[in-house]
Amino acid sequence: MTVVPLGVPRRLIEFTLDGQEARVPEGSTILDACRAAGKDVPTLCQGDTLTPKNACRVCVVEVEGARTLVPACSRRAEAGMEVRTDTERARHSRKVVLELLASSVDLSTTPGAAEWIKEYEAKPDRFGPDAARVNEEPKVDNDLYVRDYDKCILCYKCVDACGDQWQNTFAISVAGRGFDARIAVEHDAPLTDSACVYCGNCIEVCPTGALSFKSEFDMRAAGTWDESAQTETTTVCAYCGVGCNLTLHVQDNEIVKVTSPHDNPVTHGNLCIKGRFGYQHVQNRD
Amino acid sequence: MRKRQPKTYARLTHPLVRDSRDEPFRRATWDEALTRAAAGLGAARGAFGMFSCARATNEMNYVAQKFARVVMGTNNVDSCNRTCHAPSVAGLSAAFGSGGGTSSYEEVEHTDLIVMWGSNARFAHPIFFQHVLRGIRNGARMYAVDPRRTSTAEWAESWLGLNVGTDIPMAHAIGREIIHAGLANRAFVERATSGFEEYRQLVEPWTLSLAEKVTGVPAAAIRELAHAYARAERAQLCWTLGITEHHNGTDNVRALINLSLLTGHVGRYGSGLQPLRGQNNVQGGGDMGAIPNRLPGFQDILDPPTRLKFETAWDTVIQPHYGLNLTEMFEAMEERTLRAVYCIGENPAQSEADSEQAVRRLRALDFLVVQDIFLTKTAQLADVVLPATAGWAETDGTTTNSERRVQRVRAAVTPPGEAREDIDIICDLAARLGHDWKYADAEAVWNELRSVSRDHYGMTYERLEEHQGIQWPCPDVARLEPTYLHGRLWESDPADRGRLAPFGLVQHDPPVDLTDEEYPIRLTTGRRLDSYNTGVQSGGFASPLRRGEYVELCPEDAERYGVVVGEEVRVSSRRGTVLAPVWIDTALRPGLAFMTMHFPDEVDTNQLTIEANCPIAGTAEFKASAIRIEKLPAPIQVR
Amino acid sequence: MDLHFGDSKPTDEERAAVDALLGPPQSSWEGADRSDADLRWARGGREARERRDLLLPGLHALNDRIGWISEGALDYLCRRLTVPPAEAYGVATFYAMFSVRPRPATVLHVCTDLACAAAGAADLCAGVEARLGAGSGVAVERSPCLGLCERAPAALAIRAGDPARTAVSAPATVESAVAAGGAPGSADDEPPAVMAVPQAGDPSLVLLSRVGVVDPADLDDYRAHGGYTALRRAFAIGPAAVIREVTDAGLVGRGGAAFPTGRKWQATASQPDHPHYLVCNADESEPGTFKDRVLMEGDPYALVEAMTVAAYAVGAHQGYLYLRGEYPRALRRMEHAIGQARARGLLGDDVLGQGYAFDIEIRRGAGAYICGEETALFNSIEGYRGEPRSKPPFPVEKGLFGKPTVENNVETLVNVLPVLTMGAPAYAAIGTAGSTGPKLYCVSGSVDRPGVYELPFGATLGELLERAGVRERLRAVLLGGAAGGFVRPDELDIPLTFEGTREAGTTLGSGVVMAFDDTVPLPRLLLRIAEFFRDESCGQCVPCRVGTVRQEEALHRIAERTGAAAADDIALLREVGRAMRDASICGLGQTAWNAVESAIDRLGAYE
Repeated sequence: MTVVPLGVPRRLIEFTLDGQEARVPEGSTILDACRAAGKDVPTLCQGDTLTPKNACRVCVVEVEGARTLVPACSRRAEAGMEVRTDTERARHSRKVVLELLASSVDLSTTPGAAEWIKEYEAKPDRFGPDAARVNEEPKVDNDLYVRDYDKCILCYKCVDACGDQWQNTFAISVAGRGFDARIAVEHDAPLTDSACVYCGNCIEVCPTGALSFKSEFDMRAAGTWDESAQTETTTVCAYCGVGCNLTLHVQDNEIVKVTSPHDNPVTHGNLCIKGRFGYQHVQNRD
Repeated sequence: MRKRQPKTYARLTHPLVRDSRDEPFRRATWDEALTRAAAGLGAARGAFGMFSCARATNEMNYVAQKFARVVMGTNNVDSCNRTCHAPSVAGLSAAFGSGGGTSSYEEVEHTDLIVMWGSNARFAHPIFFQHVLRGIRNGARMYAVDPRRTSTAEWAESWLGLNVGTDIPMAHAIGREIIHAGLANRAFVERATSGFEEYRQLVEPWTLSLAEKVTGVPAAAIRELAHAYARAERAQLCWTLGITEHHNGTDNVRALINLSLLTGHVGRYGSGLQPLRGQNNVQGGGDMGAIPNRLPGFQDILDPPTRLKFETAWDTVIQPHYGLNLTEMFEAMEERTLRAVYCIGENPAQSEADSEQAVRRLRALDFLVVQDIFLTKTAQLADVVLPATAGWAETDGTTTNSERRVQRVRAAVTPPGEAREDIDIICDLAARLGHDWKYADAEAVWNELRSVSRDHYGMTYERLEEHQGIQWPCPDVARLEPTYLHGRLWESDPADRGRLAPFGLVQHDPPVDLTDEEYPIRLTTGRRLDSYNTGVQSGGFASPLRRGEYVELCPEDAERYGVVVGEEVRVSSRRGTVLAPVWIDTALRPGLAFMTMHFPDEVDTNQLTIEANCPIAGTAEFKASAIRIEKLPAPIQVR
Repeated sequence: MDLHFGDSKPTDEERAAVDALLGPPQSSWEGADRSDADLRWARGGREARERRDLLLPGLHALNDRIGWISEGALDYLCRRLTVPPAEAYGVATFYAMFSVRPRPATVLHVCTDLACAAAGAADLCAGVEARLGAGSGVAVERSPCLGLCERAPAALAIRAGDPARTAVSAPATVESAVAAGGAPGSADDEPPAVMAVPQAGDPSLVLLSRVGVVDPADLDDYRAHGGYTALRRAFAIGPAAVIREVTDAGLVGRGGAAFPTGRKWQATASQPDHPHYLVCNADESEPGTFKDRVLMEGDPYALVEAMTVAAYAVGAHQGYLYLRGEYPRALRRMEHAIGQARARGLLGDDVLGQGYAFDIEIRRGAGAYICGEETALFNSIEGYRGEPRSKPPFPVEKGLFGKPTVENNVETLVNVLPVLTMGAPAYAAIGTAGSTGPKLYCVSGSVDRPGVYELPFGATLGELLERAGVRERLRAVLLGGAAGGFVRPDELDIPLTFEGTREAGTTLGSGVVMAFDDTVPLPRLLLRIAEFFRDESCGQCVPCRVGTVRQEEALHRIAERTGAAAADDIALLREVGRAMRDASICGLGQTAWNAVESAIDRLGAYE
């Protein structure tokens, strides 16, 4: 009988992290090592279910001998490497990246952004009142979710989740170039004319709130969205036999959002339209 | 395209009763409703049937079957898995002694070849299909066998568009080709299977050219699939309702299993058989014994030591014969030998094939109790309606998925009004009928199940939480078993190998509802991505993809009938007639039409489908009806 | 793949354009009429998905024939190639030469980049735009450097059709540019490539020796002038010895990074993964650079031979020549040369009868400076947006199609020929110890004899400018192009070597030497450089995507300011520039601030 493959055992890599000896399994990133050592490195475009795109560059660290800074999220630890995470040089780049982002898009719903801006003493206003912004209006073209690209930092996570890393629907891509690049469906059409299957797996990975449930968007607009008053309960979807785990976000006994645990062996954080949005029937209570 | 909101159902918030079927429901107290229910069911001992629910928790199914067996003294308990996957269970247990899929989702990511047979998993099981896609990205080749070129088929190396109901000829021809090409795994066949010689003779007539004639698929395509499957080092064979929803669904399943036996693609990591279940707890409902022939833990009722174990545990006498399955129960209603039904969370008035007949039979009952979260079509026929909680969001417990993974379900929202949990209601009813069961919570039910089912013994709630679900079998609280079943078939010691897996000697039997000049079109049915079964739940959200019910035709047929998209036509079968608008789908071919059951309030597709059942599993032939399309005199643009 | 297509249908013309590239569709699933057989058996899967690299050629086919890419056309191309339309749309909108909106069949690209700007491009543009307004049938588009700096100002007209026609007008007047826009197809009226080589005929030339001497269309003429002796020698000594020769010759990459070529080849040749690929980077887009164009137009077989030698050395059987989309004449010359070489058995299954198989495919760029970055170029060939990849892994390990790949630019490759014909020691004797061999320079701007110059490494900047006839009142010299740096007129004794320029705190880059006199306002030049990087940033990483915008904004603000009035913005430029240099993914963002910084620090701009 064939044994279950356990994966090739991984060797341990030894390197220096902020002057301390660090040992991580071969293949680990610098970020993995930082997190294992309890170091806080800011990240935006990194996602636990996706291959890092390392586009945001907010996690850069200094590696001895490297000409430039390196992204901790995607650079693998190498034996003998000397990594410093908190040098003036690294902090400077993080600060400027935060300033560039905050001066061009709305980070008000990006978890961590406000704290980092404070920590790194970033001053997004320094570019003046005429600094170009992304300037997009929220796209509300369906009843399930909203695309507010004024909050989009172009991290590519939604594109990767919709594309070959998970959903393989390829409804969205980055279109255009440079500062004018935007997440778009073909021909810049509304979502309803696209290949979108409304699985919401893009919302699941969006780090800024640019993509959100319509329910969340409306409640935020009405000022009633209150995460501190929400409970999160993980259960199993009832729509087919696959057994996807759903985390129901409940506020005032209403389901307001559905996610899935990213480490779940069935879903890896992904759901389909029914699991993600098909909860309304239980709360048709009158 | 019309934008539409299907009928939405409001939650039931209090019990409903009525004194006669002609009267409207009136609100009742729980006490009155349960007293009436107890009286009605108590009067029908010996003529009672329990419809348990493949969407409710394992714990509820356990209590429901116990109610049938202990309180009502009958094995007449079944659920809607009858309408979909009972043939898989029957076929797999006949071959391997166990009704579960043999592989895990993870294995499909690490296999070399994937056959999706009668399965549009891209729509019906989207997250399973993500595992398939990962397998494809990892280099696996996928083959699709389906009358339609579905979204699933569009991912295939090769799509084989066979005639509806010719799966056995296709499978037999593949088997014959494998044998003739010398690609059978002879060592495995000799050591782990029985009946090979008979199988060889059975498939011998099914040459590629005969199969081409019968299935419509070119011989070269069948040959290629046969060779690819046999030569793959690892292969997964997955199927869904395209295999099971036939009058000979169990035979279809056996024909597919034969291929795995012939090639040794079972019982190894990455090689196996994967039936995909249509509902969240189809697997668990059967595992819990909410089926007429098995006790909890999928243990055979006809086995005296097993019966004794349960009789001791439950302090009761268990009927030493199989009960009636869902289909047989409906037939028994016709004969009046079944006169009272306790229906939990099912909607047979709309989900059964030939729905008109189902409604008529339900009306003829002396007493019908329906326990549900909505006033469904079935509930509207009841004498007593009991408001329940939504299993997945308002109750604690477990469900078991298609890879046999038992996972925790947790209450996240408070149920509306006076709605109560299923187990609570059943126990209250049991108490009124003389059986005072004390379950503190769902975990207490689960622990009772663990004590009687070896396969579940190792799964404490604590461990289920820790591992994010555990696959059965799990007989030990300290370890986990391999992710696949039947590794024993590869053991070198015959004693460890256990019972040999028999080849299924099944014959081709074309669909009952033949096409002819009067009904020239073959209608097949299936699911859409954003909708589910009769639409009671999925109708509740505003899906941008939803466009309502259509009869889908290929462009050539639409042209032949002179009809365009959106035009309403008359669709008739030998059983009924419906009006439906036309949709054109290039995935279809001339003579093949497609509909769903998602919008029965708009177009009751099951008026067309045939109540021709698999004699072994009782599943109806939803996948093959003969219909006629008629253009209406004055074309009306609907909606 | 379950792709989603809208209702838009291609026109017959669009269908024909795609079918001309891909052949007729094989089944209704690909766009042919429905047949009974299609409805019973469909092939797809891996094979269908593996044609993605034909996306860029397909977009070119449509753009060439129609002039823009409609929804129906894009959908049809996607159906043929099993490419998701959203992704194809993302690719089509990445390139400046494509349009997904209707536009006139003729597009006149008027260069407004550094050399042309210094030569009056602003007036030219204004004049042309005034003449060719709406309804003229010609769309005027302001373009980054067209690589015609020796004849600045320049304009390039492209008229869609079957075949597409092009015309170059350089040096352009409003009259001649408008005429080119009106009647493309007269491209061969362009002066021969040799006109860009002021030293032509000089017997000391090595790399440029054949330009103007041989007929670029004639393979026999090439052979009569020493062609294919290097390849013969390569076959005689074997791949390992070729790499040894190249290593011993001290040849380093001429694209700007100066990486030792032999080491790169060795690293690729020794990769166990197969196949290996050879890619020639002819996406010469650095403003001020045009030497590769002159080589390809004047001596195309040299590149074919050099690519064959390189491929043989590293064990590649397939080569790609990624050629700038704005070089129509170089494209024609290279297509012809590759066709001739194939016909004569110098490419194909059995090169020179040695049993070695090698062929070259040309892939055209479509207006994206970033595609000169080696990994962006791979993505571009593969049919993805031309965004750089993160390194490591390096191309020698995972390059084109994820396989070990050697990528060299044109000038580097043609240096391989003298390495083999002269032998490594003789080659290494040219130039200095640290920088061996001959070097090409693209001299433009305020000189009397602009063009491509070949000098051994070690000549000074002053000697080079002297030869080119530098004019009076020199204010600044830009070395290395937009990504390079400025030096002062009093620094002309800088030796033109990698080590010499490094010591002087500047860079040789790709060999751009652009002279500016004091009539050109420096802030305007710097702003043009900033605009260039803003336009050409792929948008992938934040420091570059937003940083280039913020820098351009700051340079706008201080265009008319000096001293204290500019100090705050200069501080801001430095801070943003530092983060761009440190934290950008690729060389574009890392070097985008170099030239401006050097102008501030060396030239005292804004003081």
